[in-house]
Amino acid sequence: MTMGKPLPHDSGPLHVSGQARYVDDIPLPGNALHLAFGLSTCAHGDIAGTDLSAARAAPGVVMVLSAADFTDMPDCSPSAHDEPLLATGRVHHVGQAVFLVVADSHLAARRAARLGKIDYTPLPALLTVDDALAANSRFESGPVIWQRGDASAAIAAAPQTIEGSFEVGGQEHFYLEGQVAAAIPGEGGDMLVHSSTQHPTEIQHKVAHALHLPMSQVRVETRRMGGGFGGKESQGNALAIACAVVAARTGRPARMRYDRDDDMVITGKRHDLRIRYRAGIDAQGRILGLEFTHLFRCGWSLDLSLPVADRAMLHADNCYWLPAIRIESHRLKTNTQSATAYRGFGGPQGMVGIERVIDHAAHATGRDPLDVRRINFYRAESPKGAGTGKRFGGQYSPKPEEIGPQTTPYHMPVEDFIAHELVAELERTSDYQARKAAIAAWNAKNPILKKGIALTPVKFGISFTLTMYNQAGALVHVYQDGSVILNHGGTEMGQGLFQKVAQVTAGVFGIDASAVKITATDTAKVPNTSATAASSGADLNGMAAQVAATTLRDRIAAHLAAKHQADPSEVTFAGGRVTVKGTDLSFAEAAQSAYQARVPLFATGFYATPKIVWDRIKGTGRPFYYFAYGAAVTEVVIDTLTGENRILRTDILHDTGTSLNPAIDVGQIEGAYVQGAGWLTTEELVWDDKGNLKTHAPSTYKIPACSDRPRIFNVALWGRPNPEDTVGKSKAVGEPPFMLGISALYALSDAIAACGDGTRYPALDAPATAERVLAAVERMRDV
Amino acid sequence: MSEVAFLLNGTPVRVTGHPPTRTLLDWLREARGLTGTKEGCNEGDCGACTVMVTDAEGTARALNACILFLPQIAGQAVRTVEGLANPDGTLHPVQTAMIDHHGAQCGFCTPGFVMSMACAHANGRTDHDDQLAGNLCRCTGYAPIIRAAEAAEGTPRPAWLATDRDFIFAQVSSGGSGGRQPPGDAFTPTTTDDLATWYAANPDATLIAGATDVGLWVTKQLRDLAPVAFLNGIADLARIEPHGDTIRIGAGVTLSALWEAMKAPHPSFAELIRRYSSVQVRNAATIGGNIANGSPIGDGPPALIAMAATLHLRHGDTRRDLALEDFFLAYRKQDRNPGEFVEAVTIPATAPALRCYKISKRFDQDISAVCGCFNVTVTNGTVTQARIAFGGMAGTPKRASHVEAALLGQPWTMATITAALPAFAQDYAPMSDMRASAAYRLTTAQNLLTRYFHDLAGAPVSVLEVTP
Repeated sequence: MTMGKPLPHDSGPLHVSGQARYVDDIPLPGNALHLAFGLSTCAHGDIAGTDLSAARAAPGVVMVLSAADFTDMPDCSPSAHDEPLLATGRVHHVGQAVFLVVADSHLAARRAARLGKIDYTPLPALLTVDDALAANSRFESGPVIWQRGDASAAIAAAPQTIEGSFEVGGQEHFYLEGQVAAAIPGEGGDMLVHSSTQHPTEIQHKVAHALHLPMSQVRVETRRMGGGFGGKESQGNALAIACAVVAARTGRPARMRYDRDDDMVITGKRHDLRIRYRAGIDAQGRILGLEFTHLFRCGWSLDLSLPVADRAMLHADNCYWLPAIRIESHRLKTNTQSATAYRGFGGPQGMVGIERVIDHAAHATGRDPLDVRRINFYRAESPKGAGTGKRFGGQYSPKPEEIGPQTTPYHMPVEDFIAHELVAELERTSDYQARKAAIAAWNAKNPILKKGIALTPVKFGISFTLTMYNQAGALVHVYQDGSVILNHGGTEMGQGLFQKVAQVTAGVFGIDASAVKITATDTAKVPNTSATAASSGADLNGMAAQVAATTLRDRIAAHLAAKHQADPSEVTFAGGRVTVKGTDLSFAEAAQSAYQARVPLFATGFYATPKIVWDRIKGTGRPFYYFAYGAAVTEVVIDTLTGENRILRTDILHDTGTSLNPAIDVGQIEGAYVQGAGWLTTEELVWDDKGNLKTHAPSTYKIPACSDRPRIFNVALWGRPNPEDTVGKSKAVGEPPFMLGISALYALSDAIAACGDGTRYPALDAPATAERVLAAVERMRDV
Repeated sequence: MSEVAFLLNGTPVRVTGHPPTRTLLDWLREARGLTGTKEGCNEGDCGACTVMVTDAEGTARALNACILFLPQIAGQAVRTVEGLANPDGTLHPVQTAMIDHHGAQCGFCTPGFVMSMACAHANGRTDHDDQLAGNLCRCTGYAPIIRAAEAAEGTPRPAWLATDRDFIFAQVSSGGSGGRQPPGDAFTPTTTDDLATWYAANPDATLIAGATDVGLWVTKQLRDLAPVAFLNGIADLARIEPHGDTIRIGAGVTLSALWEAMKAPHPSFAELIRRYSSVQVRNAATIGGNIANGSPIGDGPPALIAMAATLHLRHGDTRRDLALEDFFLAYRKQDRNPGEFVEAVTIPATAPALRCYKISKRFDQDISAVCGCFNVTVTNGTVTQARIAFGGMAGTPKRASHVEAALLGQPWTMATITAALPAFAQDYAPMSDMRASAAYRLTTAQNLLTRYFHDLAGAPVSVLEVTP
């Protein structure tokens, strides 16, 4: 069985030798053109004058296009028709594309892109949450509100009330490979597009729309991305469209890649937001009523902001039963980059809010945050038999309403809740209680440096909330020599999807995973693909590939059974051999035999996730097939003189069901944790008061470096099968562990709390840079 | 550009017809079709373009190809990721380890990582966090990469290392000394005297030593820099010479060489240099460039000023010395005449009370928000000398003269420290930017004096020294 083996990434040997080919590495014919956008320097304004003569006259420039050169401006938006390829009359953020330089080299295009002279008549620019609120600038007519119970009344009746407001910063994806696309014109108007995208079908759709072609004339191929993290779900559209438009106009291949600074100035990032909360709690920290207000800064265009903000609401509970809850979500329109998908897709923003409430409740009640977390957990499993709610004979007879799973704020029963056991196990393996005590002792001896620790859990819903996306197709060929080709709708961005699906496929045939040839995602092979997003890649495409491979195996089995007067169930596929009634064939011999018998050796597979129903307007239903769980303990140290801080140790226990590949899953968890911790610590996006992003390169935007990873970093897999019928009983892994990084933020909060006398809550904003940590320390001491 | 000759993956190449500021990365990818070396940021901050360059001394250095101009590698041996395996296809041990330990996910940063790892491997370095501080990975969280680096420790070195070391192009190209290049081309002197003569005659030229900042003028600002002179071939500018109770450091000394040289005499300065960017940048950047650049946020000058360094300037055959703090006149304005260049800097051989503190958002490979360097002499409990200098607090690296005055002659106590803190506001009115606010800078500067007091007393003051 190849499923479940910790095999290396299929591209490993290519990665380490420089042979793995990314879009910018694909050789193009010598007449290829190179593109660069001229960018708006104005956050909001009308274009009063355009002088592109210097750009057109620059060395190597073939043409320069602006709005005047289009009768029908192509649109780049994945959701609404609100992102013109080039600004038409008005600009909406600094960094918006205003004109397009076409040149004979990348450098020539970049040089000329600086030579355009655009005059603007400035309009008031809405840059902040407060600006947008004051101007009532928003998507949708008003806030989205979901509620269950009467939160206000529950808070009023509660013994204690806590409230607060805090800022949560955005996050630049910082995929190491920047956005890039190439278009190669074919005969009869056909267009081949190579795109570094998580969503080839979206690229195909948008390019076809721009060129007024049927989708069948546009083929999009994606072999791999140099990282995506959600940043290549919609943000590659503009480059692919620009290349295709130029290729169609000139008949020459065209390639475009953003220089890193341009990439960061142009493209959307994780949504930042302000979270307001008010909670009624009891003396144990139990949340009796809770009100959240999410104020999302969505940027200038709609992009994916609605489902992102929805998912934040869907994760406002995390692992906690909230009997009376009201969530109000504002999707504010600002003159900044259009915030977009980023690993977790709003889930992290929702979850960091409830963890703040828990942390605050623990402080307010003087209890260990872990105890407060536990007391608020969803009920583990339903006790057997309904009763009266009274004790008798040492037994508690639960009331009818205490039977069965509790429901999320959106009325989905939480049937698979494992956080009680998982957290208890992590508490034990991480030695949480003893370390907590040791940290208190250490802090008592150290006036300048303080340590902190926190354990936070994760419950993350798996499935696209856009139900339509929960489908996938696969195409499997068996050649007459027994070699196998696999193709499916998922894209490879480093997460090991191709390897996992190959292992699933090989498992069906009983052959080595290395015997399955992995191929680029190609819209001409498997159509109508969904974005590789929402952690769904292996769940959807693995199942589709398994269906396709099983179809083929069954055909071969039927053929061999007939040939050997056996029942198909007597044909076995294992260890690269196919056996039936004492006949032992290599897989190649079996394939050859089937081919000669005119058995079709190619098949498609299709999968659509069952059980899910969702009404996003009402906020009710079962949007998720299942939940993935995990928990992390992070220990930090802070310097109370400078705010400098460091993660010392992290212990993680994470649920990936029965892992399809434990090595890949552990890699996802380690990487996601560090990325999540980066979001909440060093990764700070700063705009000036003119709307210029000041942190637009790695010199100023600081993702974690090597030494920022925890010194001690223990990661374990929970390892129990998914109760739902997923491929191999596995669980999705891409996004859920990102939110394990939240433990770093609350460990810092714990360390800061150690600087005070217990009367003040640290109220730490994110990202918790050294500056914010020092400010919080000073608040604690300024008593 | 006249011809540049070097060894590329074991094969001699001679390159002509490119401007002198053509980067090695662009040449590799666009002219040579060697696309294994990646562009991640084009400014030397991500390491995806890391290559190995072996010079005449046989040292294998990791360098960022994106800000490395072709003339800088003249006469040297360059290895890219395509040349890392043995000719028979056997992978380098770091490559094998990266596969086995799942060190690559998306793979885009991987060529840069394996090149940095191969350099560390060649040099027997096992301080992996430092060796890899200049390589960013967004997928793995680094843990599997470190496991791979550890697994490759002590494995056999590839045979080609020796042949790369033996390689020296007999005629180093690009004209040698004497200014024989056509106008607008690159001058590549091999002696300081040649540089002095040429620069006096070409005072508008751009001097390029490591190109770790000048490189960005080309790759980000898209400037034309001609005429240019490349200084990395000047051996006599790159010497570190003890003179009695001082050490004279040539302007061409790289930060890597300086780190090694400072470990014994000035450990706190050495630790500051360790955190000065990354291996790739330290291997290229020079102390002379760090000073002459005049940046208010360079980390070298505050430490050197705290040590009472003397700067040696030269114009033609004329030399003059001045206290380093007097070199920095105003933001990006130095006391340097046209055609005059930094030749060396002299520091004391010891400064036991020197402590250098770098405050930045990220510990490694980050520019300081505040860099505070303290050198206070306490005799019989009383402050008898005080030199305190900061970067990031003004338009130049600047001494805290009011703070020093508040300390001098006072008993070395917390009470004195506390009394001196308000003087910071007299010395500095820092600005707010994307790295830190003015208020944070000022508060932290004050707190660093408190840290210094505790540090000298032996109390733990650095989160970097805390273990779980």
